[in-house]
Amino acid sequence: MNIIVCIKQVPNTTDVRIDPVTNTLIRDGVESVINPFDAYAIEEAVRLKERLGGKVTAVTMGPPQAENALKEAIGLGCDEGILVSDRKFAGSDTWATSYTLACAIKKIGDYDVILCGKQASDGDTAQVGPGISAHLDIPQVTYVKKISEINEHTAKVERMTEEGYDIVETPLPCLFTVVKEINTPRMPSLKGMMRAKAAKPLKWTADDLEADPAALGLDGSPTRVVKIFTPEARKGGEMISGAPADVAKELAELLKGEVL
Amino acid sequence: MDYLLTEQQTMIRDLARKIAQEKIKPVAAHYDETEEFAWPIMKILGDSDLFGVYIPETYGGLGGGIMDMCLVTEELSRACGGIALGYAGTGLGTLPILLHGSEEQKKKYLPEIAKGKKLAAFCLTEAEAGSDAGSIRTTARKEGDKYVLNGTKQWITNAGEADIYTVIAITDKTKGIRGASAFIVEKGAKGMDFGKKEKKMGIRASATREVIFTDCEIPAANLISKEGMGFIVALKTLDTSRPGVAAQAVGIAQGALDCALDYSRTRVQFGAPISSFQAVQHMLADMGTQLEAARALTYATARMSDSGAKAMSKDSAMAKLFASDMAMKVTTDAVQILGGYGYMRDYPVEKYMRDAKITQIYEGTNQIQRNVIAANMIKETLKK
Repeated sequence: MNIIVCIKQVPNTTDVRIDPVTNTLIRDGVESVINPFDAYAIEEAVRLKERLGGKVTAVTMGPPQAENALKEAIGLGCDEGILVSDRKFAGSDTWATSYTLACAIKKIGDYDVILCGKQASDGDTAQVGPGISAHLDIPQVTYVKKISEINEHTAKVERMTEEGYDIVETPLPCLFTVVKEINTPRMPSLKGMMRAKAAKPLKWTADDLEADPAALGLDGSPTRVVKIFTPEARKGGEMISGAPADVAKELAELLKGEVL
Repeated sequence: MDYLLTEQQTMIRDLARKIAQEKIKPVAAHYDETEEFAWPIMKILGDSDLFGVYIPETYGGLGGGIMDMCLVTEELSRACGGIALGYAGTGLGTLPILLHGSEEQKKKYLPEIAKGKKLAAFCLTEAEAGSDAGSIRTTARKEGDKYVLNGTKQWITNAGEADIYTVIAITDKTKGIRGASAFIVEKGAKGMDFGKKEKKMGIRASATREVIFTDCEIPAANLISKEGMGFIVALKTLDTSRPGVAAQAVGIAQGALDCALDYSRTRVQFGAPISSFQAVQHMLADMGTQLEAARALTYATARMSDSGAKAMSKDSAMAKLFASDMAMKVTTDAVQILGGYGYMRDYPVEKYMRDAKITQIYEGTNQIQRNVIAANMIKETLKK
């Protein structure tokens, strides 16, 4: 079974700070990590490989330093890493990003399953996974919490919903986005970390992808982020004190006057 | 302090720290309370290759030495000294094979230990032979291509859980300690049994049992080195492993100091965090300084061992003595800084204090370490 995992390098969310003037993420001095949701996708891919054999290829689109995320993925059990990187991709929205990744996946060619985290912790759109499947014209199942059955042709998975889960059967190849309920990612191993250090992920540019140049980067992005801002913190409420009966009465009056 | 670790050692320390903080720390109180053996943690340590850091690459390890083992032991002990002992006790049980085993024995046993698939245990102590290890009574009688073992080993770390036991037994009673030999016994050998699990003051996540041999037959090929070498094997093993006990003590003390420091910054009395009081500051300063001195001595000794030093009884005894006495003091002071809360089992510092005590006792009491240190100092003077 050949599996492709799409990952993204994101700022470590434990120390995210927003520039109060520009309202953008302060990236200086912030450690970059693999998007936490993608770690579950990597683990699931490696488990599938351990069970069924085959190969896991990790793909990421990003700046040159995103290579480190691929190396880490190789350390965790992926066989190969591909960095899709080019200045022409700058300013991509989720449409252009998923198009670019789909082109890279087409170039890889032989695959049965594509795994993505349900969303990235920086953009939080949850659109790139589904976008890739649309560009590739293959089925997708999002919010997968368990792959219960899988063979060369079909898979049966559990798709998490707010109140329970759906059981979905799908032909392969198929793209799954996974939630954290799906597994507990393993700890890195020393031998894996050494493999990661020595690993040399492939680097593909726009020219390698045979992509439509007009569909890439800012030009290929139909959406624009108009404004990012930190919502104003809620101001403290009004405190009413006194005997319970009086407080209740006063509260009722206030509600009558202001709300109802 | 920067100890100028190699890139590989930094990687080992960071991974051990990550596992200790993310996987061990949250369950340390549970295993202390239940006294269960933390197999799920042993599996994580095995899968992460940490059991192999001091085993040569030829046998599936990472080719490091005692320094690497100390770094792992310290980080694990910082989260739980008891769980860490499943790891460190395996190191102790492995050393006789690593230091004196034949090529065949190394090939057979080390790869599985390196992968963490099998734990090891070292069996020396008996009811009547503690500090006086020369008084062991367990015997091994050669019969054809077998040895037959009889006797009872006491307070054996990892007993019952480990698969590989290195055992010191008497092969020739007429020769005293020169009649002792070292053997490898695999769990499941006919005539090998385990006593009940001991209930301990601290390191309660560690399994301690008797190992009982009743006409226990093992292949003659399981003799380590030669007959009569048992005591040399044991002493060399202990000289090499003592920096590991020191590292455990350093880790336990560091865990307690971490708690005390955090607590002192958040505990408000008289309108200010207690860390702003000089009385508390001076305690913290002393704890930090003593801890760093013990760490420096431990690392220096471990590195000396890895450099191939032949005679290091005195140095490893000094490291073990100093680090374990430091750990007892630092953990006691950590409880003091937390005051009433420190005495409660809801907070982890009393556990660090209970765990620290054993480091002054096992692998040679600190009184024995002082004997070793003084004897070597006097011997060195005579040589001049």
